[in-house]
Amino acid sequence: MLKILSKRELVPQIYEMVVHAPDVAAKAMPGHFVIVMADEVGERIPLTIADYNRDAGTVTLVLMKVGVSSTKISRLQEGDLLYALIGPLGHPSEMENFGTVIMVAGGVGTAPIYPIAKMLHEKGNHVITIQGARNADLLFWADKIASVSDEHIITTDDGSAGRKALVTEPLREILEHRKDEIGCIWTIGPAIMMKFCALTTQPFGVKTVASLNTIMIDGTGMCGGCRCTVGGETKFTCCDGPEFDAHLIDWDSVMKRQQIYKHEEKCSLDRYVEIWQNQ
Amino acid sequence: MKKIQDIQPTRTPMREQEPKVRAHNFQEVPLGYSEEEAKREAARCLNCKNPMCVTGCPVNVNIPEFVSLVEQGEFAAAARAIKKTNALPAVCGRVCPQESQCESKCILGKKLQPVAIGRLERFAADYERENNLVEMPEKAPANGKKVAVVGSGPAGLTVAGDLVLLGYDVTIFEAFHKAGGVLMYGIPEFRLPKAIVEKEIAYLTQLGVKLERNQVVGRSIDIPELLSKRGFRAVFIGVGAGLPSFMRIPGTDLGGVYSANEYLTRSNLMKAYRFPEYDTPIVRGRHVCVVGGGNVAMDSARTALRLGAESVKIVYRRSEAEIPARAEEVHHAKEEGVEFLLLTNPVALEGDEKGMLKSMTCIRMELGEPDASGRRRPIEIPGSEFTLETDLVIFAVGTGANPILTQSVKEMELNRRGYIAANEVGRTSVPGIWAGGDIVTGAATVIQAMGAGRKAAKDIHAYLSEKEPSWT
Repeated sequence: MLKILSKRELVPQIYEMVVHAPDVAAKAMPGHFVIVMADEVGERIPLTIADYNRDAGTVTLVLMKVGVSSTKISRLQEGDLLYALIGPLGHPSEMENFGTVIMVAGGVGTAPIYPIAKMLHEKGNHVITIQGARNADLLFWADKIASVSDEHIITTDDGSAGRKALVTEPLREILEHRKDEIGCIWTIGPAIMMKFCALTTQPFGVKTVASLNTIMIDGTGMCGGCRCTVGGETKFTCCDGPEFDAHLIDWDSVMKRQQIYKHEEKCSLDRYVEIWQNQ
Repeated sequence: MKKIQDIQPTRTPMREQEPKVRAHNFQEVPLGYSEEEAKREAARCLNCKNPMCVTGCPVNVNIPEFVSLVEQGEFAAAARAIKKTNALPAVCGRVCPQESQCESKCILGKKLQPVAIGRLERFAADYERENNLVEMPEKAPANGKKVAVVGSGPAGLTVAGDLVLLGYDVTIFEAFHKAGGVLMYGIPEFRLPKAIVEKEIAYLTQLGVKLERNQVVGRSIDIPELLSKRGFRAVFIGVGAGLPSFMRIPGTDLGGVYSANEYLTRSNLMKAYRFPEYDTPIVRGRHVCVVGGGNVAMDSARTALRLGAESVKIVYRRSEAEIPARAEEVHHAKEEGVEFLLLTNPVALEGDEKGMLKSMTCIRMELGEPDASGRRRPIEIPGSEFTLETDLVIFAVGTGANPILTQSVKEMELNRRGYIAANEVGRTSVPGIWAGGDIVTGAATVIQAMGAGRKAAKDIHAYLSEKEPSWT
């Protein structure tokens, strides 16, 4: 239980891990997340499930090395055990046959988009995926995404792969030309990207869903640390979400809440970097 | 027979850390009795033939028996006497509101101060544990019947402890990575050292109780599955109350605004008070306001002091007479320097451009006619708004039912507040499922949850012992 069966660096700073967690895999659905602890003194952090295999009893996690917790997890090796992995949590994505859907993935958000796109594809939707990265070196899972997409558009900030554009540019173009076909849009990635996707789609009135990755502790509704304002009401990302109507989310508040512990996170990481260097 | 005129009129005091010292550390506040002090206090008990104190205890500890064992110096035997009906004496000796339970019924209390039953309970349990005298009690032979307990707080631990002694195969499912529920995440170290909770849980696992951590029942596993696929004959739900309430005022999303659940969980369970040794951070406010007047508010205020606050205020909308916290907690908080801003209610929180809290606007209140709770209703005084500078506000204004588990058993009846409807012995509307503690009553005390667990355990045993049990 909780053994890391494989681990690889997909692109610099982004890691893929397959973990043996049969109870979680048995119940996992696209859109669910898990809470992970690297070790006994670690934080509890939420990670959206990137893939799962019920037969093998595994879940796949993809994480970007940012702070102490993600760095600690990224340092674990094949055969190591996670201290804790709890889930699946949250509500799964609400899916049906929408006709045509657009999936907008940015950076590490590509990973949680994959199982949603895959199931939408299996349910007979025409899946258009817009996959954005800063540059070609940071692009990952393009083949997996392509395998579940009917149309696959890659954008990079510098044009080193696909089109030189932000994800919102092809998104707007598709809506301008084919708005009536589009039943639903998903956006998963950095909050700032999701905010601009929401602003892009709002004038077209197409339903847009975003998956929030907030600060959490228990992940079961007990602490309220993951709260956000959606349509003027307080919602808990862990038990009301993690997906919400992107047009109703108070994005500025979401982004500010992600910064609450910025100073502490830096102090903590600096301390660990020193410890690790002295090992 | 002792004569009342020979009895020491006042309770033997328990030494405490000095308020100024303890306000800056997380060590326990009361230091415990010495053997001499314990014997002296125990000697005050009249050993009544018809002991009223026992009727005041939700788990009916045989109080005269254990107190007279303390008086005789048989300390470990005293602890064992308590454990016949209470698996968690070191916890209860510390956090039970004895003044409104056993001690309120003590006959001495009519003329003198009642016997300090809670302090003696704590002493006996600590003596047994610290001197490694804990013995395993006799257990009924294994009966092969499996019982699942959801949640490892006071209710669940009591059910598990009672049923394992009766020969059941008991498994506790806990959502967190550590067992103990509110004893671990809610009650601070300075009131209930976590090492003690861990020892009491270790005692249960040594008795044979199995513990599955990191299991969110209702998500990774659900109750119908426990009953059908995993062979459990009964399930007890003791998951606690859950969802924290926030006031519907502007600014609650600001950084530096916490629910008491989050603040205390960060500090107690995740040990943020030891950051960066532990990875979980916590906002350490300089000028802290805690909204609410219950025990959770007192715990939050006293934690904030220990995390280095220059000022800590309890902001409570009614007057001191209506404060629901235990008198001892209020007294300790005041001694340590917590200020009380009574008849005051927040109306808005204001932040800076980065989204961090900088002030709270409040309004003065006055008391009107009694409301449904029997307490006088607080009413806003128009035009009395004022603003407090604060960088940390903690809301300790209650909790609501957590829907994760209740939604997963669709046919289970809930009451209008969303808590599980259960009868006096914990039976829910679904055969084979019992519930007790805060998920039935809403937020209450540790010992009330244990009392509910005790009754449910007895009923589970009766039900599973019958050949053709009937549910209704």
